[in-house]
Amino acid sequence: MALLQIAEPGQSAAPHEHRLAVGIDLGTTHSLVATVRHSLPECLPGEQCGILLPSIVRYLPDGSVAVGKEAAEHQATDSQNTIVSVKRFMGRGLDDLEAGARKQYDFVDAEGMVRINTRAGVKSPVEVSAEILKVLRQRAESRLGGELVGAVITVPAYFDDAQRQATKDAARLAGLNVLRLLNEPTAAAIAYGLDNETEGIYAVFDLGGGTFDFSVLKLSRGVFEVLATSGDAALGGDDFDQALATWLRAQGAADELSPEDARAVLVECRRVKEVLSRKDAEVASVALTNGSTLSAEVTRAQFEALTAKLVAKTLTPVRKALRDANLSVEDVHGVVLVGGATRMPQIREAVAQHFGDEPLTDIDPDKVVAIGAAIQANVLAGNRREEDDWLLLDVIPLSLGIETMGGLVEKIVTRNSTIPTAKAQEFTTYKDGQTAMAIHVVQGERELVRDCRSLGRFELRGIPPMAAGAARIRVTFQVDADGLLSVAARELSSGVEASIVVKPSYGLSDDEVAGMLRAGFEHADEDMRLRALREQQVEAQRMVESVQSALDVDGDLLDAPERAEIEAALAALSGLIAGNDGRAIKSALEGINKLTETFAARRMDKTIRAALAGQKLSDLKV
Amino acid sequence: MNASNAFGDYFALFGLPRRFAVDPTVLESAYLDVQAKIHPDRFSHMPENERRVAMQWASHANEGYRVLRRAVPRARYLLHLAGIDPQIESNTAMPADFLMRQMLLREAVEEAQDDADVEALDGLLRELRRDARAMEQQLAGDFDEHGDLIAATARVRQLMFLERLQEDIGSALETLEN
Repeated sequence: MALLQIAEPGQSAAPHEHRLAVGIDLGTTHSLVATVRHSLPECLPGEQCGILLPSIVRYLPDGSVAVGKEAAEHQATDSQNTIVSVKRFMGRGLDDLEAGARKQYDFVDAEGMVRINTRAGVKSPVEVSAEILKVLRQRAESRLGGELVGAVITVPAYFDDAQRQATKDAARLAGLNVLRLLNEPTAAAIAYGLDNETEGIYAVFDLGGGTFDFSVLKLSRGVFEVLATSGDAALGGDDFDQALATWLRAQGAADELSPEDARAVLVECRRVKEVLSRKDAEVASVALTNGSTLSAEVTRAQFEALTAKLVAKTLTPVRKALRDANLSVEDVHGVVLVGGATRMPQIREAVAQHFGDEPLTDIDPDKVVAIGAAIQANVLAGNRREEDDWLLLDVIPLSLGIETMGGLVEKIVTRNSTIPTAKAQEFTTYKDGQTAMAIHVVQGERELVRDCRSLGRFELRGIPPMAAGAARIRVTFQVDADGLLSVAARELSSGVEASIVVKPSYGLSDDEVAGMLRAGFEHADEDMRLRALREQQVEAQRMVESVQSALDVDGDLLDAPERAEIEAALAALSGLIAGNDGRAIKSALEGINKLTETFAARRMDKTIRAALAGQKLSDLKV
Repeated sequence: MNASNAFGDYFALFGLPRRFAVDPTVLESAYLDVQAKIHPDRFSHMPENERRVAMQWASHANEGYRVLRRAVPRARYLLHLAGIDPQIESNTAMPADFLMRQMLLREAVEEAQDDADVEALDGLLRELRRDARAMEQQLAGDFDEHGDLIAATARVRQLMFLERLQEDIGSALETLEN
């Protein structure tokens, strides 16, 4: 829909209607969903289980899919069809995985992202994650008694474009409308900051199951401004389990284990790790499939020695983020701990020692991210509460650049730039009559293309033929508020819009996602189709009314032929509403949407200029 | 640089006079006011076409804040608005005493780097920051008092020289820490 009634900035167009929206923390080890009800954020529990849904997906022999506890129970006995920690594979190729992790499943090195061969066929990490999201969506819809308007999904701040895109694809696949991809530490800061009415510089230390983020934020006058973020997208609580498992296997000389036994050892090590946060010693004991038992006592001191390197590894991103923000530890008023792995005493001690102050832990580190996401979702869905006069300004975690001569990277957008951000770069042709040009976009901090992540190859076509060096092609790199990149190009001397063909290096193509979605809809029944038709009729009616009123108010923004074209399309759509051809209504709606794009943009531009002018900006050039 | 376009210039956007001297608190508060009015999150209930316009405005404001917040981009932007290309890549002529001092500093940085002397590097960084601050004061004089854009252009080039050396020390420190 292209045109709606324009409300004052920050206010919902329809203030009385509460729109159902949720925040989802899609975690490496567990996931959860939260919402704001009666002005208070709360995490939603499942039918039988609690709030935390283990992020484990099992493909059963009967073709069904189990998610959560039910799947967890079979992770050792059916390890090849029970996928744990799938978040680690999102947007990742086989080469990105550590040697040990590569043996965990029957991986297929598909172009772009790894796939996993299960009894239900070859699955992309996006599809596996979508199963988790589907369960959370159903949980929310049954608890809240209605369909969701949308969801804010959290991602590690240090996720790159490929990982973010994969997460967004998973949400789409699960039938969720993504209101925003929100960085996990930022979500925690929202939950924490709004709760405590804090002002000043705060840091968030977020050690999850598989990822580590460290963000520095400035909280002032209701603005959450991320100053810098850093992290390690492959460091988390899982690595502590691994370290203990390696040690345990060495104790029993059990270095060659079946995948089932290896998984059982990991599960036990995770339990022991958790116990050691409360006790000084614990016995680890695993019954192996060959009948023998692998067993040893572990003291906390031993465990701390085994994992000291991992703890030290968290401090490198901490230093980097502070340096990027041009701050020292004394400038930080408080450090908020997030993520289950920050329950380990050695982590708390390391943070306290580095900052010379006890870290803040008053919100449950497992829930704080989902709660922050729910508060953001509530605002973005249009249910702004009185206390919600706040704004979030986040940053892009990794620099974006393009490949230049000799495999070198030229940075276009530097890390920690506030998003949304747009940068334009001009290119020229090097051959007479050249009509196409390729641009390779990469992400990372290193100087060589091969050390950065390849995001995609953009091919510009339709450049008007000119002498070499005469064409001036302006390429705009736009990073949106989700931290996702899009690219547009225009030849300046002729004004020709060059078309862009994107070949993503990672992730799924739009066609693949569309195909997966179609497969899901094939089972839709007649009721669903009728409901869809009625929804389309309602939407068409709303469209006709809103475009008409926009024409009445702002008709002067259009010239006569533009206006005539829109009016003709409106009349055609009005004629279709009474009928029952859903497909015709849909395509007429899409047509008007496209047709009114420019009109909508002009009206919005007018609105923004008016909003700005309301301030002291009387000299703003229009 | 994405200077003057359909959105208007950055000083006008933030309601500031077109000068080199900028009060950082005034700039920050103007920036936050602008974002509070135009950020796409404020229009989240609106359709995608409208939100895209808000996103473009917010991008423009973010870029404007980035450019005006720091001395070198702000000075280059003022020169750009005045139609002057500082020829950063091609014109490397510098006063002899400036070049001599830079050579000595660079040698000291390399030496400290070879000795893995973090303290010495930190000291050099502080020294460079002091130099840069003094030069920023002089730039304000060039721009705002004398309107001497030729002198300002030369000084911007020198300031960029200092910044590059600071960046080199930063990455040397980073390498030593890891």
